Amino acid sequence: MTENKATAAAPESLLASADMPSQREINAEMAEIHAAADAREAAGEHVPATLYDFAPYRSSILRHPTKNPRLVDPETIELWSPAYGQRDVALIESDLTLQHTGEPLGERITVTGRVLDGWGRPVRNQLVEIWQANAAGRYIHQRDQHPAPLDPNFTGAGRTVTNDNGEYFFTTIKPGPYPWKNHVNAWRPAHIHFSLFGSAFTQRIITQMYFPGDPLFALDPIYQTIRNQKDRDRLISDYDHDLTVPEFSMGYRWDIVVDGPDATWFEQEGDH
Amino acid sequence: MSETSQTRARRIADAGAPTLEATAGQTIGPFYAFGLQYPKMHEVVFPHTPGSIVLGGTVFDGDGAPIPDSCVEIWGADSDGTISRGRGSRRRDDHTFTGFGRAFTTDEGRYEFWTRNPGPIDGKAPFFAAVVFARGLPNKLHTRIYLPDDEDLLAADPFLSSLSPEERKTLIATRTADGGLHHDIHLQGELETVFITF
Repeated sequence: MTENKATAAAPESLLASADMPSQREINAEMAEIHAAADAREAAGEHVPATLYDFAPYRSSILRHPTKNPRLVDPETIELWSPAYGQRDVALIESDLTLQHTGEPLGERITVTGRVLDGWGRPVRNQLVEIWQANAAGRYIHQRDQHPAPLDPNFTGAGRTVTNDNGEYFFTTIKPGPYPWKNHVNAWRPAHIHFSLFGSAFTQRIITQMYFPGDPLFALDPIYQTIRNQKDRDRLISDYDHDLTVPEFSMGYRWDIVVDGPDATWFEQEGDH
Repeated sequence: MSETSQTRARRIADAGAPTLEATAGQTIGPFYAFGLQYPKMHEVVFPHTPGSIVLGGTVFDGDGAPIPDSCVEIWGADSDGTISRGRGSRRRDDHTFTGFGRAFTTDEGRYEFWTRNPGPIDGKAPFFAAVVFARGLPNKLHTRIYLPDDEDLLAADPFLSSLSPEERKTLIATRTADGGLHHDIHLQGELETVFITF
C-alpha cells in the first residue's frame, strides 16, 4: 500500500530535475523512445499521438499512468460540452496588448484560425483561452524565476469565444524562448498555450502553438512528447502575409481540430 | 434540449469516420494559473445553497505525494438528470447551473468543488465527467467520478462491470458524513485511477 505523504513539496522545488542530464543525453533518450513507439505501432498497437510515458520530460516520470486508458463509449454527459457564449468573455479580453496603461514591448502579432471537428465542421460558440510568456521569455507567474524582465504592460493571458465559422482572433506579442530546468541548457521553443472546448466534453484539449522555423523544436522534450513529425508539424502556426497589418502587426494562422467523437465508438457496444 | 443523448449518439455514429487529423494535446505546463483562473471557477453552484455539496479530494503522483500543480475539471448533469445548456461557466451569476467547474490543486494537492449530485440520465449510473491536467503530465486524462449511492445502477453499469474490484473502486466517490463526496485521483502507483479514452 502506498503511504500518502502528509504534505506536498514546495512547488518551486519541483521545477528542477533531479539529475540534470545534458542535451545530448536527452536527445538520445528521445530518439530511443520514438523508435520504440514506431515499433509498437508497426506491430499493430494503437499508440497515442502524445506519449504519456516520456522520461526525457523529467517531471512526467511519476505523473503518467502506467496502465493503458480504457476505451469506452462516451455516454450521456460526455456527449455534450459546457455551453459558452459572448456573456462569458468581453471582446477586449482577446487583445493582450490592451490590458495595461502602456504598450507592451516586443513584436506585435495577430493569431487567428478556426476550431474544427474531425469532419471539418466549425466548433461554434466555444471558449478559447490562451496564456504565454512575454517578449523576453518571462512568465508573470510568481513561480517563474527566469531572470528576464517582466513587462509592466503585459500579463500574457487572454480568452475569446469562437464565432459562427468557428474562428478565433487574438492580438498579442510574440513570446520569447523560455529556459527551464529539465536538463542543462534546456530552452522551450517560443509557444502560446491554448485551452479549448469542443462540442463534446471528450474533445476538451489543452495544447501549445509554436512559430515556424524555431531552432529549438528538435531539442525540446515537451514538443517531442508528440511522437510523429506530421503531428508535431500541426502545432506550428503558418506565417500569413495577408494577415499582417501594414505598420502594425505580423500575422499567424493556426487551425485546431478537436478529436472525435469517432463513429467507431458506437460500433463496439458490448465488445469491451 | 431538443436533442437527447441517445439521438445525439446516433447522429454522431451516422456521420461516419472523421476526415481531419486531430490536433495533438500538450502539457498544461507549470504556469497555467494566470491563464486559466477566474472568479468562482470551482463554484458550479453557489456555496451552501439547498442541495449543494462539496466534491473534493487529492491528486497524487506515483510516489504517493500530493501534486500541487494540477487542474481538475468536472462536467455533470443537474440533480434531475438535465444536461445544462446554460451559459456563464466562466462568468458566474450565482444562480444558473452550468454544470462545469474548474479547480487547481492547493499546495497540499487538494481540489474542491461546490456542486450538486448529478441525477441519472437515461436510467444510467450517474457520474461526473472529469478531466485532469498537470505539470509533468504530457496530455489530458479523462476519467469518471461515479456517485456511490445507488448500488443497483452501479452494478448495472457495463463499464464498471468490465473492471476488477480494485479498479472499480478508483472511479466511485465516497459519501462523507456531511453529505459531500470525497474522491482521490492517483495518476500512477498501486492505487492508479482508471483513466478512459473514447
